[in-house]
Amino acid sequence: MRSPGRFSAEAKGRHGRGGTWVLPLFLLSPALALLLGVVAYPICRAVWLSFHHFEILRPDLSQFVGLDHYRDLLTDPVLRIALANSGLWVAGVVCFQFLGGLIGALILNQRFPGRAAIRGLALIPWATPSVLVALMWTWMLDGNYGLVNDLLVKAKILSRFQPWLAQPWSALPGVILADVWQGVPFFAVMLLAALQAIPEDLFEAARIDGASPGRVLRHVTLPLLLPTILLTVMLRVIWTANYMDLIMIMTGGGPGYSSLTVPLYAYYTAYKRLDFGSGATIAIVQVLVLAAVMVFYLRQLRKNEVMVQ
Amino acid sequence: MRRLVAAGKLWIPLGAWLSFVLAPYGWMFITSIKPPTELYTKTVQYWPHHPAFEGYRLLMQTTPFLGYMRNSGVVALSTCAVALCAATAAAYCFSRIPFKGKGILLFGFLLTQLFPSVLLVLPLFLIMRSLGILNTPPALILAHSTFAVPFSTWLLTGFFNAIPRELDEAATIDGCTRLQAFRYVLLPLSAPGVAAAVTYIFIYSWNEFLYALTFTADLRARTLPVGLQTFMGEYIIRWDLLTAGGVITALPIVIFFMLVQRHLIAGLTAGAVKG
Repeated sequence: MRSPGRFSAEAKGRHGRGGTWVLPLFLLSPALALLLGVVAYPICRAVWLSFHHFEILRPDLSQFVGLDHYRDLLTDPVLRIALANSGLWVAGVVCFQFLGGLIGALILNQRFPGRAAIRGLALIPWATPSVLVALMWTWMLDGNYGLVNDLLVKAKILSRFQPWLAQPWSALPGVILADVWQGVPFFAVMLLAALQAIPEDLFEAARIDGASPGRVLRHVTLPLLLPTILLTVMLRVIWTANYMDLIMIMTGGGPGYSSLTVPLYAYYTAYKRLDFGSGATIAIVQVLVLAAVMVFYLRQLRKNEVMVQ
Repeated sequence: MRRLVAAGKLWIPLGAWLSFVLAPYGWMFITSIKPPTELYTKTVQYWPHHPAFEGYRLLMQTTPFLGYMRNSGVVALSTCAVALCAATAAAYCFSRIPFKGKGILLFGFLLTQLFPSVLLVLPLFLIMRSLGILNTPPALILAHSTFAVPFSTWLLTGFFNAIPRELDEAATIDGCTRLQAFRYVLLPLSAPGVAAAVTYIFIYSWNEFLYALTFTADLRARTLPVGLQTFMGEYIIRWDLLTAGGVITALPIVIFFMLVQRHLIAGLTAGAVKG
């Protein structure tokens, strides 16, 4: 390992006392200004909402209700369904997006003619607006005119057309498929960029030592990609948990509650039932769950010496 | 024979992967050139009998699609500039300058990502309104930059950390200022990371929906995703306009990435430091 300690001592020496926080503050100020200005206030506002009964049309009638919203949620059966669906949604989506992206990155890292064009085309799913991704997949999974049904029947895998998004057991997997498709290029690009930072001589050394491609992948490539993998997977987990565009357009959480996830539940509670207090509370419960996941992940990061300190 | 096997090893997985990635887009293109009468047919039609580019013509002539596109371009490029500057400065700080509370601050950056935009959008709307920038690009640039900064910062911090500190030291010993060492040593060497960050920021901003919908009610400030949404009525879905618009919307990003991906090159730091 390099010794960051030595360099930090030097840096401190060069800038003298008092100067040590001026430069960081200067460099961080644009990012901090954005984050504090645009995120901090809305968050405080949401927490405030979760403790109040809020009437959108008569804000002056808002009442402080303390932990009532939270207590109600403890016994809410729908929240339990939504949490389970969210778990399946996040696990399914991130797992397959990651695998698809990793395979893509390894392929696109090879040298071949037309690579620039193919790398560009590979971005198409990510580049397609969610509204259209949702519509196209709804169209392809359609029970009467759908391409997927037609192909599966022609391949003799199915005997007849299935209304994928209209039956409880397949609605959520259908939306997961659409989101996996949309998210694969994100991982492909991030891992492709990370692959570039691996010194070529490491691969060479492994090959000279007689390692098979599979072993090179397991013992050289993946460990060196680990910092990027942990970061992208963690953020993808968070984003996916909060992402509801596709579900909203494709199934609207149905049929029944079979594809209802937590943010969608929060959205419906707030904007359809106009119960902003409960809606904010549901969203905050989700934030707390995600925060727990994140703390676990950051522990892993630190264990792998990825953290900066 | 050996070359054939090697080519197969590359092109078969590449073909399989690409067809998964491109098939739905291809289907969107085929749908866009189907005349309305061939949309709902008894058996699924893989190629229209009478391919027509009517959808594209209507899109260009009867809808403000090009205006949407210009708005999206302005917002996405400005967001790239703002977010990348803020994130690069912050990442340099996290990677190279020791200061107290670094860990907590990095954690705080990520914490902001936990909050769903549904939760933030209403208070933000009120802020934008009091600033008087609703229905203008700055409202979206501000919101998009804020969302894009944390991930970009973490990503770039990782890439900066991967570059040996000995290189900056060598540059400063040779008489570079901190800024010059950053500009001429650190930044070029982390080109793959910057390319990845720019791609992420651009696409996020190009496709973002909820903020765009809420902050730009005005037709003149509307971006592509919101504009496309308007082709989806309560009862009628304008498949011709939607699919044609979708096919075109993805193209600028494909071209953008074809240019950016040149910076995804390996081995920039190879042999830089003798161990």
